[in-house]
Amino acid sequence: MTLDTPPKLACPDQLELNGGHPTLMGSRCRNCGEVYFPASQGCTRCCAIDMEPFTLGSEGLLWSWTIQGFQPKTPYNGGESEADFKPYGVGYVEMPSGVKVESRLTVADPAALRIGMPMVLTLEAYRQVPGEAPVFTYAFAPAA
Amino acid sequence: MDNEVAIIGVGLHPFGRTDGLSGQQQGAYALREALKDAGVEWKQVGVAYGGSQDGGNADALSNHLGLTGIPFVNVANGCATGGSALASVIAAIQSGMAEIGVAVGFDKHPRGAFNPRPKDWGLEDWYGETGLMLTTQFFALKTQRYMFEHGITDDALVRIAQRAFRNGALTPHAWRRRELSYEEIAESMPVNLPLRKYMFCNPAEGGAALVLCSAKHARKFTANPVIVKAAVMRTRHHGSFEVFNPGLAAQQSPAPTVMASRAAFELAGVGPGDIDVIQLQDTDSGSELIHIAENGFCEHGEQEHLLRSGATEINGRLPINTDGGCLANGEPVGASGLRQVIEICTQLRGQAGQRQVADTPRLGYTHVYGAPGVSAVTILQAG
Repeated sequence: MTLDTPPKLACPDQLELNGGHPTLMGSRCRNCGEVYFPASQGCTRCCAIDMEPFTLGSEGLLWSWTIQGFQPKTPYNGGESEADFKPYGVGYVEMPSGVKVESRLTVADPAALRIGMPMVLTLEAYRQVPGEAPVFTYAFAPAA
Repeated sequence: MDNEVAIIGVGLHPFGRTDGLSGQQQGAYALREALKDAGVEWKQVGVAYGGSQDGGNADALSNHLGLTGIPFVNVANGCATGGSALASVIAAIQSGMAEIGVAVGFDKHPRGAFNPRPKDWGLEDWYGETGLMLTTQFFALKTQRYMFEHGITDDALVRIAQRAFRNGALTPHAWRRRELSYEEIAESMPVNLPLRKYMFCNPAEGGAALVLCSAKHARKFTANPVIVKAAVMRTRHHGSFEVFNPGLAAQQSPAPTVMASRAAFELAGVGPGDIDVIQLQDTDSGSELIHIAENGFCEHGEQEHLLRSGATEINGRLPINTDGGCLANGEPVGASGLRQVIEICTQLRGQAGQRQVADTPRLGYTHVYGAPGVSAVTILQAG
């Protein structure tokens, strides 16, 4: 995707934009190699506290999914009215390192989702309120 | 074991909605019922553990029952609050800290779902803001993956809910007492697929309390004590698939339920095949589905056959949630785990009326599981 101005992101620390090709950022334990999303201060596997930034990538396989069928209460801030709410997909996507990232999905049709299908990272304007810049978050779409 | 602890009194304030009574009042009611059942006065109680998520401090119950100066500890372990309070009272009695102790739980949740705050869970605001921080979503994602890995279909989810409401209809104190047809459940609103409206329990109100003492003194108080053979609580290891996790580890590890269950069976010196009546955490059909196997009552993937064969019904080989569980009783978080223990005590005493498991059950089992990855298991024996 291409954007004229830098998009307003809900979670700027978790993403590198690379000119419209977003990549997820996490961390890795220097002691045992365990990978985390989001970046972690310490390692819950080996209890060390020596972490380094780690690029998780932008492609993975759908590991599980659901459809969010009702409008969440706060702290959700999509901003739409209850009548305008549209169900959205949510899933875990297994990245090449093996870590599974929880994410919104760009599709909400059960027939279009299958565990194991290839997914690619994109940005989605989850909050679109008149008079405000849209707010984007990361989302996975079925790979073309 | 000469250090065993017995349950000598149980008390419940019916779950559901009770306008005009606070959560603490419902907790105090349950506690008075339990004391009456045990024939014990509040003044004789030497230690208390209790908890509530939205109903205020448990130690404020002393303002209702009497300010006797005892140590009263507030417990806050989510859905596992009751189980944690019980394990703590048992340890206190075993240590000699008190002769008689109580565990109490109560709650009064607002209508609708819970509103978790990301910061309370060590998470950043975006996780909640972008619509990822919902317990129903977590249960659905976990269930979906589990069904995929073990070849289970939606049929199992429907049957679990159907049995819960069928048993609820037989339980005078249950909240949801109407049986639902297979179609009503299977075609109800998709909340978070594969889970639908009638596959989820609702936040509710209620109170539950237990009075305990050393097993060697139990018969001074009651003719039908229930011996606690094991009461174990465990928290998650790295790699366990738990609620409110933006990322899951590459390698999965066994759930806290598995660890608590194994430890409880070992302590009690019995196995899953010895258990006559079972309570499993069923905040939703998917959770119960997973918990049947995690607690050792079948292999992963065998549940669908088990459910279809009727084995988990009141008259089956593995009667599960004979009072309708969380699905039919709702979940007042602080009270829910103790409600399970009370149902097992009622069954072991042969006082469960229409829902009584036949042939005098001798051994019962309870299991709670909650955020952020806590499980508590008890194994109870008719005394």
